[in-house]
Amino acid sequence: MTHSFDDISAQLRRRHRKTRWLKGLSMGALGLAALFLVFFFTDMLIKGLPAFSQAQINVEVDYSEQASQLPMAAVSEDMRPLVSRGYLRLVPSRMRDNPELQGTTRSEWVLADSQVDQYLKGHHSKLSERDQALVDQLQAQGRAELRFNARFFTSGDSKMPELAGIASAAVGTMLTLLVTLAVAFPIGVMTAVYLEEFAPDNRVTQLIEININNLAAIPSILYGLLGLAIFINFFGVPRSSPLVGGLTLALMTLPVIIISTRTALRSVPDSIRHAGFGVGCSRWQVVRDHVLPLAMPGIMTGAIIGLAQAMGETAPLIIVGMVAFIPDISASFTEASTVMPAQIFTWSGEPERAFIEITSGGILVLLAILITMNTTAVVLRKRFERRW
Amino acid sequence: MSRTFKNRAIKTTAIAVAVIGVVGVAQARDQVRIVGSSTVYPFSSYVAEEFGAISDYPTPVIESTGSGGGLRLFCNGVGEGTPDITNASRRMKPSEFERCAENGVTDITEAFVGYDGIAFAQAGTNEAMDVTREQLFLALAAKVPVDGELVDNPYKKWNEIDASLPNREIVVYGPPTTSGTRDAFEELVMEAASESIDAYGGEGYTDIRADGAYIDSGENDNLIVKRLTANTSAFGVFGYSFLEENSDSLQGSTIDGVAPTPEAIGSGEYPVSRSLFFYIKNQHADDVPAMYEYADLFMSEQMVGELGYLKGVGLIPAEENLRGDARGVVESRTALELSDLN
Repeated sequence: MTHSFDDISAQLRRRHRKTRWLKGLSMGALGLAALFLVFFFTDMLIKGLPAFSQAQINVEVDYSEQASQLPMAAVSEDMRPLVSRGYLRLVPSRMRDNPELQGTTRSEWVLADSQVDQYLKGHHSKLSERDQALVDQLQAQGRAELRFNARFFTSGDSKMPELAGIASAAVGTMLTLLVTLAVAFPIGVMTAVYLEEFAPDNRVTQLIEININNLAAIPSILYGLLGLAIFINFFGVPRSSPLVGGLTLALMTLPVIIISTRTALRSVPDSIRHAGFGVGCSRWQVVRDHVLPLAMPGIMTGAIIGLAQAMGETAPLIIVGMVAFIPDISASFTEASTVMPAQIFTWSGEPERAFIEITSGGILVLLAILITMNTTAVVLRKRFERRW
Repeated sequence: MSRTFKNRAIKTTAIAVAVIGVVGVAQARDQVRIVGSSTVYPFSSYVAEEFGAISDYPTPVIESTGSGGGLRLFCNGVGEGTPDITNASRRMKPSEFERCAENGVTDITEAFVGYDGIAFAQAGTNEAMDVTREQLFLALAAKVPVDGELVDNPYKKWNEIDASLPNREIVVYGPPTTSGTRDAFEELVMEAASESIDAYGGEGYTDIRADGAYIDSGENDNLIVKRLTANTSAFGVFGYSFLEENSDSLQGSTIDGVAPTPEAIGSGEYPVSRSLFFYIKNQHADDVPAMYEYADLFMSEQMVGELGYLKGVGLIPAEENLRGDARGVVESRTALELSDLN
């Protein structure tokens, strides 16, 4: 069969056209993904950034005898709706702790009510006309302003939007992840070492391998049910505690760590092992001194990605009771506590409008931590990675 | 990776495991554990926060599990792992009381907190719409009577039900079946309306149509609110506090001629209102001393009263004498009897 030059060049054109199509489509896919991401980030930034500032107002606080009984009496009547109740309710205990305040009147910058905050930020506010005028007047006098909201990073959840912060959830996340790491990392790495370095390749190990791959793919809520049945009902671990949450998430993270560790171990070339055996090392010495250190960057990357995944998880934690109203910052592994995604979920259901920005603010903090963790994973891999 | 680092890593892990082991021993509990209704949750957590701030006890832990889910956990038994208090947006059912008794939970005090209304609302830019419960029923029931026979709901537009209603398609966003709000809506609107329609033989009919006119919108009422502002021809069913909070963008419809106002809900004049409760497990009194202090704070006039804080977060206070009675019940730790529930 002969092809004319025209046939061949037409065919060539067709093939090149297909290549261009493929390139265009894949670039389009990337562009679309980037667009979603940009849209999401911009939306979060626009909604969430106001959460990092908070209205404060300057008022005369009257530490009278009456105020120690009835905290509302500490500020004048027309200012009362503007001041946060979270500030006022602590006046009596402050007076108890600082007797020198007794009977004095001071001009103080205090936390404003969330309605004042929303009004100053130009959002919908339920302040009455009279109160709005008062806030305008205070602002003109420089006695009402938006300041950096440090409280958001130092206090726990609250029903009052102006008091709500992410600290208790952040501490809860930290404790939970510590447990997850302490349980999942050694078990996962050791399992992978056994499967990769010691186990014979037979039906049993193949079955185990298939099961581990399956475990990595099952819906996370099932781990919650497992955690409830085993850790809470059987072992009696306290409900809602970082301990039970961490153990549950460890179950979920294990397959990820096992799989990534096995991949990392497999990428260490056999010549290293052979050299080790050649100079008379035992298997233990080869694994400990040569294979594991070389595979470590890969293992760490897997562990960090597994932990980042565990950190964004809420579904299994609902089942073990960590999605709850917990304003106190927990100091131990057995006290009730909540985690950041759960906190965000709780905030998103609050009726007060001010919680919209707090929800987005929480998301921003979570994203920042996740990006840091993932960047660390990438840097670790780049720095210690070895090409053979 | 160096060996010293590795050794350190192993040691750190060992210490961490040991620490977990030590603190894992059960502690005496001064933290109250509360579960239950997502409708009562905002009020309950408000009181809990206040309690944590002004008392020496830690803030009670509150899980929002739904009324039914809460009562199930509550009735699982007595002791360390079970909740002390459960919130409910409806009364305990006799069957739940019996299950409690079977599991040894025999001494329960009922606390009546106040009311909550369910709003039927739309975007504020629309013309106001007045509906009756019967019209709502005809718009949302799976099967409706046409010429004396029950057929699949044929109504596509509101004005097909009644000429006074607008010429708009029937689209209603509402809570899913797991929600207490849905339970209450079915009972107070669907059941009540169908009982007076002959075709159902005097029995309550609560099946909501599944052909797309009623859209399940999840437990999060904020989602429904957002959807109503985006889709201005739709209506939504959600808790009254969300209507109050979004009064700039939403308007509630009058039902049977009564507008959803705190006064009308509190007096029972607004037909879609319900009572809110919490239940206390008296058998935990010795182990969890903070329990009654929390309950008493919740029932105090500064919380549930006419000028109370909870009114600011959307609770509709009960009449003064009812409040007094309810407070008395809690203060005397009166045990609930099965006969009270029927």
